Amino acid sequence: MKALTWHGTKDVRVENVDDPEIINPRDAIIKVTSTAICGSDLHLYDGVIPGMKPGDVLGHEFMGEVIETGSGSTLKKGQRVVVPFTISCGGCFHCHVEQYSACENSNPAEKQDMSATLYGQPMSALFGYSHLTGGYSGGQAEYVRVPFSDVGPIVVPDHLDDDKVLFLSDILPTGWMAAENADIQPDDTVAVWGCGPVGLFAIQSAIVMGAAKVIAIDHYPHRLELAKKLGAEVIDFRGTDVREALMEMSGGLGVDAVIDAVGMEAHGFAVDNMIDIVKQKVGVGADRASALKQALLAVRFGGKVSIPGVYGGMTDKFPLGALMEKGLQIRSGQTHVQKYTKPLLEKIEDGTLDTTFLISHRLPLGEAVKGYKNFKQEQDTWTKVVLKPGMETISENA
Amino acid sequence: MSNRTTQAAGVLVGLGLTAGGVALASLARRHANASRDSAPGYTARSGHGEFDVSGRTVTIRKPRTELFDFWRDFTNLVPVMENVESIEMLDKTSGRAAWTIKAPLGRTVRVETTIVSEEANELIAWRSVEGSEIEAEGRVMFKDAPGDRGTRVTLIVAYKPPAGAAGKAVAKLFLREPEVQTRHDLKRLKMLMETGEIATSAMRKENTRAAKQENAA
Ligand SMILES: NC(=O)c1ccc[n+]([C@@H]2O[C@H](COP(=O)([O-])OP(=O)(O)OC[C@H]3O[C@@H](n4cnc5c(N)ncnc54)[C@H](O)[C@@H]3O)[C@@H](O)[C@H]2O)c1
Ligand SMILES: [Zn+2]
Ligand SMILES: [Zn+2]
Repeated sequence: MKALTWHGTKDVRVENVDDPEIINPRDAIIKVTSTAICGSDLHLYDGVIPGMKPGDVLGHEFMGEVIETGSGSTLKKGQRVVVPFTISCGGCFHCHVEQYSACENSNPAEKQDMSATLYGQPMSALFGYSHLTGGYSGGQAEYVRVPFSDVGPIVVPDHLDDDKVLFLSDILPTGWMAAENADIQPDDTVAVWGCGPVGLFAIQSAIVMGAAKVIAIDHYPHRLELAKKLGAEVIDFRGTDVREALMEMSGGLGVDAVIDAVGMEAHGFAVDNMIDIVKQKVGVGADRASALKQALLAVRFGGKVSIPGVYGGMTDKFPLGALMEKGLQIRSGQTHVQKYTKPLLEKIEDGTLDTTFLISHRLPLGEAVKGYKNFKQEQDTWTKVVLKPGMETISENA
Repeated sequence: MSNRTTQAAGVLVGLGLTAGGVALASLARRHANASRDSAPGYTARSGHGEFDVSGRTVTIRKPRTELFDFWRDFTNLVPVMENVESIEMLDKTSGRAAWTIKAPLGRTVRVETTIVSEEANELIAWRSVEGSEIEAEGRVMFKDAPGDRGTRVTLIVAYKPPAGAAGKAVAKLFLREPEVQTRHDLKRLKMLMETGEIATSAMRKENTRAAKQENAA
């Protein structure tokens, strides 16, 4: 089959690889109809996530048709399903308490040691990501082997197009959980760093949850425009002193809740960020956390901090004092996707949430390389790329 | 650790059942010496003589009885244990079993063990019989986890690096990192009990860990 494979920093290729097959009883094989490129994929593309191997098939946002099932699967051939990017068994302690992204059984035993050393306990498995998280082949492919298919995939009704439901696989639940983690109260002013897919869905969710005011921060005009359309006030960090603006816009109190939807590759020319960029480039691996640092200073005393943005390692000059002295609450983590797919599908069906506005480009899988390049370099207008394995490839090397 | 198990462990030492090997029972207990802390003995920084000792605990969301019964039939352990080709139950009552362990160059090593102590639904301890190529001892303990969290399963194993050419080859494969192996074995046991299968990220059957081990042997 055809698949998008990783070979090194800024080196991804569409290649022929072996078709997957059913291995464990609870597996299913999905024929992919739509699969998206995520900001998290850019971290792999930029080579800042450890534990990658040449030839790894990327992609963790995908949906498609069930074409084969193991004896323990509850799916049926022909069903249309969206697959959560978190691989979760449904039977362990963490799955039981709906902390699905901390599943104890999805990451193969021999792959758990690396993350256990880094974080104290092992990470669970994700599709199409690093071998830290299992090294499972991902969804930017024609077919995917989906383990625990009786727990993860959600069957979607035929009258909802792929474009409407695909983002249940990751970014919609991620935006929603980001807002939930900010514990939004009716009078709250909420600031969101980053107007990529995750930030935009966090903004949309915060508004649905009843925030009094949502302020979006980015530097891309088109992305800021999308945020405005969703009902946010916006700040362009290139031209405005973000902290001062936020103080003024929150009446001198500081914002009640902050959401970092940027992650480890924050843009910007703050001194700490430049130092961190250099360190990341020379491979000493400091996470660039300039957005998060700014957020910790902008939030009010006793305020709430939500971090959906991905970080992998350590960071320098972290404002630990602000965290303690201000009595902040921090909530973070990979999204517990399985917890949110059903309620969010209902919100899509009843029209509360629309996700289609986000998609800027639809490409055949054969043009995935172009998709990566532009999602990285033309971030302003390439807001979300959806790859369609079934679509005819027009220009292989565009 | 419940008082009952502590007492049971103490009795074992008293009966001298671990004589000749390492006092696994005492390693499983909290440090006996009042000046030490409440951690299990196997977590001590100091070594354990000529034996390689490792211990690990996992919590499995299954009742104690189910896990005990599963383990008591050693043949169930083949899919979870690294490099174990087969396990034959020679005598169910005494728990005598023959383990065939893979060694490099397609060789195998046979270790015969017998159960030296058993408490229904609480613990099983076994030891290699005289004349085995590897001297080994193991002990698995089952305790209720708080609330509905299931069972805490602690496995402690001790190996004595074997002598002779075959022994050295096995040592390379089998004894290099016993604590890594204990950890992985327990994780696989947990997977099998909680999910009915053992996780693999392979795309095809021939690339699973089990298949690769098969081919390497
Ligand atoms: N927690 C999860 O489960 C989860 C799931 C999906 C994605 N993520 C992470 O969320 C983050 C965002 O994902 P995305 O797909 O929206 O990525 P993206 O790269 O499309 O968007 C990031 C946005 O942040 C903006 N930005 C950069 N530096 C900034 C700064 N200093 N201040 C304000 N804005 C800044 C960029 O201009 C860009 O628009 C990534 O780190 C991604 O890995 C996490
Ligand atoms: Zn994603
Ligand atoms: Zn689980």
